Amino acid sequence: MSLASAAHPGAGQMAAEAIHVENLHKKFGELHVLKGVSLSARDGDVVAIIGGSGSGKSTLLRCINCLENPTSGIIRVNAEEIRLKADSHGNTVPADRRQIERIRSKLGMVFQNFNLWSHMTLIENVIEVPIHVLGVSRAEAIATAEALLARVGLAEKRDVYPAFLSGGQQQRGAIARALAIQPRVMLFDEPTSALDPELVGEVLKVIADLAREGRTMVLVTHEMKFAREVATHVVFLRNGIVEEEGPPDQLFGAPKTEALRQFIRTVG
Amino acid sequence: MIETLFAPLLQVSTMDLLALEPPGWGGNLLRGLLNSVIIAVGAYGFGLAIGIGGAYGKLYGGPIVRDLLEVYTTIVRAVPELVLILILYFAGTDLINRVLEALGYARIDINGLVAGIWVLAVVQGAYSTEVLRGAILSIPQGQIEAARAYGMAPMLMLRRITLPAMLPFAIPGLANLWLIATKDTALLAIVGFNELTQETRTAAGQTKAYFTFFVAAGVLYLLLTLVSNRIIARIERWSRRGMPAVSGSAR
Repeated sequence: MSLASAAHPGAGQMAAEAIHVENLHKKFGELHVLKGVSLSARDGDVVAIIGGSGSGKSTLLRCINCLENPTSGIIRVNAEEIRLKADSHGNTVPADRRQIERIRSKLGMVFQNFNLWSHMTLIENVIEVPIHVLGVSRAEAIATAEALLARVGLAEKRDVYPAFLSGGQQQRGAIARALAIQPRVMLFDEPTSALDPELVGEVLKVIADLAREGRTMVLVTHEMKFAREVATHVVFLRNGIVEEEGPPDQLFGAPKTEALRQFIRTVG
Repeated sequence: MIETLFAPLLQVSTMDLLALEPPGWGGNLLRGLLNSVIIAVGAYGFGLAIGIGGAYGKLYGGPIVRDLLEVYTTIVRAVPELVLILILYFAGTDLINRVLEALGYARIDINGLVAGIWVLAVVQGAYSTEVLRGAILSIPQGQIEAARAYGMAPMLMLRRITLPAMLPFAIPGLANLWLIATKDTALLAIVGFNELTQETRTAAGQTKAYFTFFVAAGVLYLLLTLVSNRIIARIERWSRRGMPAVSGSAR
């Protein structure tokens, strides 16, 4: 299926496909969480994945960089297919550790619980991957990190440990960490769900800025108003299948399925 | 009874007995202490290395590796250390020599220092495996996940994330193990190694000044512990640099 939104700026010629997921299945034991999901994000797309709890939306996102190993299906990042194999227990795992590490280092993941490394200061968190995974020089990494921290409004917090920051500050720091690897795609896994209500806005503002500058993003979110504003494409997941998808105005303005209508009413 | 015990003390002054130069025995005691410290440092270091490998194997290894490590930690922690030292020391050196003879080489004398370090490292390794395993499990899982999500290779993750992140959880247990290591060196006296306790026994036996020398040895062990505590406190403070102070535990 093709999701390249025609409305997207520069859509005259097709932008390259950054993420391609095809017929993805994921089982946790007997629990069939994803039942053949397909998803695509072209360069510049902002794909929002919405759905109720247990719909499989976080699992779908986490399968893209193999934090969860899919049971079956095809995942391509930058047109490179992740090679999977069955291990001795019959689980599907990445066949080539170096391939998956290389692919992961191009995907900037932002977690629900921030997951900053607690033994490192904020700037150390941001320079960690560029220096030790990507081989960037320390001076260059620090210069980039300082610019990114300034951008997310945390310049003066550079030498503070994460435990001494508010949730919103930690999440903005985590976004800076993700940006520091100059990711091809940003992956957001419910980035505001763990935040106090008054801190949600500052994080959404940073994400909206990124969307506006044309960054490719896949975003799992509960913030419907936000999804409608920033997304170029919305995917509604229910019981492990894509129930409905399309441009945000169509999905939120004129939902076709009863399930989506009901979902929008409840989270509205 | 009391008089006989203190008789030597009365005859020769305590300071003369503890003088660093012969006929004083102070020099011997300090050499014994040095040997004890060397063994403790060596055994602790190797024990930590075994512990890191053991903890990783137990957490992430295959079923066979896990079973083998379980056997290792269970047996070592079940058998009294004194017995274990006798077994490992005598059986170990005997085994090595038998292998050498079978291969047509001459028997060798195993260096007491090396044997002592090796024997205690095996004991320390079993305990630190469990301490480190618990500490690794205490790391918030999300931090490990973040390292995976950014493409860190296993060894890089171990060095940059897992080890430093588990340190605050491991320090109390590891500090205990270090103090135990310093005192376990005394058990090597049984195999005739000249560490502090053995030197003390010799000095006391020669001079009959048992009280003087064992108190002196006790003071030396105490000093070792006090110095260790100072260093451990600094390491612990450093390892907890990213954690908010818990009221009552701030030093």
